[in-house]
Amino acid sequence: MTITVPPLQATDTASHPARMREVQKFARRFLRNPLGVAGLAILLLLVLAAALAPLLAGHDPYLPDLAGRLAPPGATHWFGTDELGRDIFTRILYGARLTLLIVGLVVVTSAPLGLVIGAAAGTAGGFADAAFMRLTDVFLAVPKLMLALAFVAALGPGIVNAALAITLTSWPPYARLARAEALVVRDSDYVNAIRLAGGSELRIIFLHVIPMCISSVIVRMTLDMAGIILTAAGLGFIGLGAQPPLPEWGAMISTGRKFIFDQWWVATIPGCAIFIVSLGFNLLGDAMRDLLDPHLRRRA
Amino acid sequence: MQSVSSSRLAGIVGRLFALLASVLVTLLGLLALTFFIGRLVPIDPVISIIGPKAGEEVYRRVFLELGLDRPLWEQFLLYVARIARGDFGTSFVTNRAVLYDLASFFPATLELATLGLAIGVVTGVPAGVAAAYWHDRWPDYLIRLVGLVGYSVPIFWLGLVGLLVFYSRLDWVSGPGQIDVFYQGIVPPVTGSMLFDAALAGEWEVLANAFSHMVLPAFLLGYYSLAYISRMTRSMMLDQLSREYVLTARLKGASEFTVVMGHALRNAAIPLVTVIALSYGGLLEGSVLVETVFAWPGIGNYIASSLFRADVNAVLGGTVLVGAVFIFLNMLSDLLYQMLDPRSNLRHR
Repeated sequence: MTITVPPLQATDTASHPARMREVQKFARRFLRNPLGVAGLAILLLLVLAAALAPLLAGHDPYLPDLAGRLAPPGATHWFGTDELGRDIFTRILYGARLTLLIVGLVVVTSAPLGLVIGAAAGTAGGFADAAFMRLTDVFLAVPKLMLALAFVAALGPGIVNAALAITLTSWPPYARLARAEALVVRDSDYVNAIRLAGGSELRIIFLHVIPMCISSVIVRMTLDMAGIILTAAGLGFIGLGAQPPLPEWGAMISTGRKFIFDQWWVATIPGCAIFIVSLGFNLLGDAMRDLLDPHLRRRA
Repeated sequence: MQSVSSSRLAGIVGRLFALLASVLVTLLGLLALTFFIGRLVPIDPVISIIGPKAGEEVYRRVFLELGLDRPLWEQFLLYVARIARGDFGTSFVTNRAVLYDLASFFPATLELATLGLAIGVVTGVPAGVAAAYWHDRWPDYLIRLVGLVGYSVPIFWLGLVGLLVFYSRLDWVSGPGQIDVFYQGIVPPVTGSMLFDAALAGEWEVLANAFSHMVLPAFLLGYYSLAYISRMTRSMMLDQLSREYVLTARLKGASEFTVVMGHALRNAAIPLVTVIALSYGGLLEGSVLVETVFAWPGIGNYIASSLFRADVNAVLGGTVLVGAVFIFLNMLSDLLYQMLDPRSNLRHR
């Protein structure tokens, strides 16, 4: 089954400038929200750090230097070194890649999975819908971190398994979203017109239900990303996420924990990185919600 | 009159049954989930019981005893029956029944989470009310900032920083653990909560020590729930304060205090019950990380250390317990909602 993207009429000369104006208007409104801009700046910084890590870092993230272990922050090692003498600044930069990897993996899997399940259940209705609702109820009734822990316990530790476990716990809200939209659209006149014209249910789901959910999904996704980062870091901290010597921030805190009272920088600096990035996602998410979700604006 | 109240009673009973049924279905779903996860585990359950050196004959017998030759749905029913009897299997690590372990570790978690929730409610609700009242002025910005930080900060890291500052540097509180080694075993465990036990035994020195161990993790969890509770309170209060009845109350000359506390907060309090119940569940979850940091002998610590040794029975048992508590809290908040909201008596679903 191939997922076809709804044809954008980008070549259409009349709609192109209108679309551009729409984007410009959106950008202007976004720029008026300083917190959202700050969040976006943090995330751009994260992407830059990940992309340019080899250029920005002056050291090797994996190569131990036992003579210079646990050195305090200074001119050669901006954030000090860890228990194997590795430069913490370098490892933070490389860790940005892992953070983006986990967030990316979870987002590209959980949102489409939830959207397809929810849209299908909502469009189909009947027993499938009822069974699906119960299923999401169960997932939503169990605490996310607990469930992710149980999944990781079963799948074994590792960065991909951690992402998979987080995915398995984070699709239900997207499914709920898509289902609610599907229920509204399902019997609307234009969808019935498509049915009359011979459009398949699949066509309705992919071309007419899912596109309707995109703006709420983007908001939800941005707000979710902070949670994903915190959960992934928590898994890394417990020792079930990324495994050493990978410079995953949560795992770095976990090893630095042994030195917290004497060499505070080993554990605290990666934590600052996690905090700043998840703050960035939260700021951006709040701003996006205010812009894209008019229903929520009053309650925000 | 008589018939009205009896039909109302029938309605209440009917709703209770519907609620109970939905809770049971959700619980069954939870068990299906843990059963499924248990099947995912690449460890052979027979070998984990008899060890890798046992002979073919023994393997065969245990394989049949565990019902592994039956169809999957039958195995699931057996599993549900086992759980219903309270048989969560044996922990590979402690070599005790998982149920026994859970029962002995749960009180410490409950103690911590309850204190955390109390702190969260006592600070979060007034903060949310204040933020809504001074909407878009500096108290609002300040409270939102505090909440945003609480949402974004990794709680285990904050715990480490707290230990570094308040225990190691300032020496204001005691370090990890529930009590100093010196005081261990002085008070007989009655409730499992160190604070209660010490107070019951009249050991005030022990109580003070236990308290100083508890302050930091409890405030950490309290902050965690403060972020959520203040945010939800704020948005509910904003919603209520924009209603017309608030304007009416003001026009009639009610004082601002009466308007906010007597009218708006009373209406916001009903959905707030749900928020508080949910954040209690969230604290049980957050305790996994916090207890790891503070070496708190609770269920979170138990689960984390079991995870480390791939002790599946213990992990799944803990998941079932925490999940069941979650579901129970949800049910409780539903019930409270219906009892508190006068409109829900009239509404038929």
